[in-house]
Amino acid sequence: MQEQRKTLRGPSQAVLKAAKSMYNMLPILGGVMLLIGLVNTWVPKTLYTSIFSKNPLLDVFTGDVLGSILAGNPITSYILGGELLTQGVSLLAITAFIVAWVTVGIVQLPAEALILGKRFAITRIIISFGFAIIIAMITVLILGII
Amino acid sequence: MNKTKPRQKKQGNGKQGNGGWYFFLIVIALYIILLILNPGKAVLSFKSFFSLLIKIIPTLVLIILLMGFFNYFVPPKKLRKWLVHERGTNSGIKRIKAWVIAIIGGVVSSGPIYLWYPFLAELRKSGVRNSLIATFLYNRAVKIPLLPMMIMYFGLAYTIVLTIVTMIFSVFNGLLVERIIDKKVFG
Repeated sequence: MQEQRKTLRGPSQAVLKAAKSMYNMLPILGGVMLLIGLVNTWVPKTLYTSIFSKNPLLDVFTGDVLGSILAGNPITSYILGGELLTQGVSLLAITAFIVAWVTVGIVQLPAEALILGKRFAITRIIISFGFAIIIAMITVLILGII
Repeated sequence: MNKTKPRQKKQGNGKQGNGGWYFFLIVIALYIILLILNPGKAVLSFKSFFSLLIKIIPTLVLIILLMGFFNYFVPPKKLRKWLVHERGTNSGIKRIKAWVIAIIGGVVSSGPIYLWYPFLAELRKSGVRNSLIATFLYNRAVKIPLLPMMIMYFGLAYTIVLTIVTMIFSVFNGLLVERIIDKKVFG
């Protein structure tokens, strides 16, 4: 029995731990995917064009704001971003959305401020908000060149 | 001198609470309401969900394996040892080494970001600079186990470019955060 337990240690245990943390995320992931199903069926495609205008500067800002407000596992932002891309939203706006999702995190601000300090958290979030736009622009620019 | 004094509060046990389940149940309730009001559209919505689920299942399996790989090879204790080791060093090579460790540490660290706050506060108390802490946090944006999903949606070229640009900007982010907080010129 003890030998059997020993074999479970190491890589297999690490994978089990990862599977457990993924399991904890399942209700959120499942809920988001079910919501996307609803949105795909109920929300007219014209709505995206109303949220994201044809103005690239405004779009990138909208993506940044949305990404900063929404929170959760980065996978969710990829799924949402991928769906938005198929709806015709610009890559610039989607990149700002994805980057802001993982780097800004307004939802986590109270926890970050409490543990790392209010000044640190607010400064980091404001700078990260601006950087999401810059990174989106540079990424799309490079992709346009290569 | 850093004037902020983080509270060393124990928190984050890896459990996300019931929030996720409440959210899931609310969405299920929406589907039930929709099924009563408009069964045709409810079925269409579920079909859309199902096709999305089928699309991401292989990637989710890959992500679990990669997360396990990183959990095994780069546990938080090991990361702490590397970063704290760099405290108080001012020589060029050692400083660059600390930056590289902060970048790699942020990239390979797994789990929710808030679980890392107490660890980072502890690092700062040990002498790790704000710029390195901010750089570590910024690099949490680069998640190697999740890259297959990004490639699936946006392509390999996009994923590579975004990842490299994000890692480069993480250093600028760290420097800028430190400059503003500490009000001192880097170096």
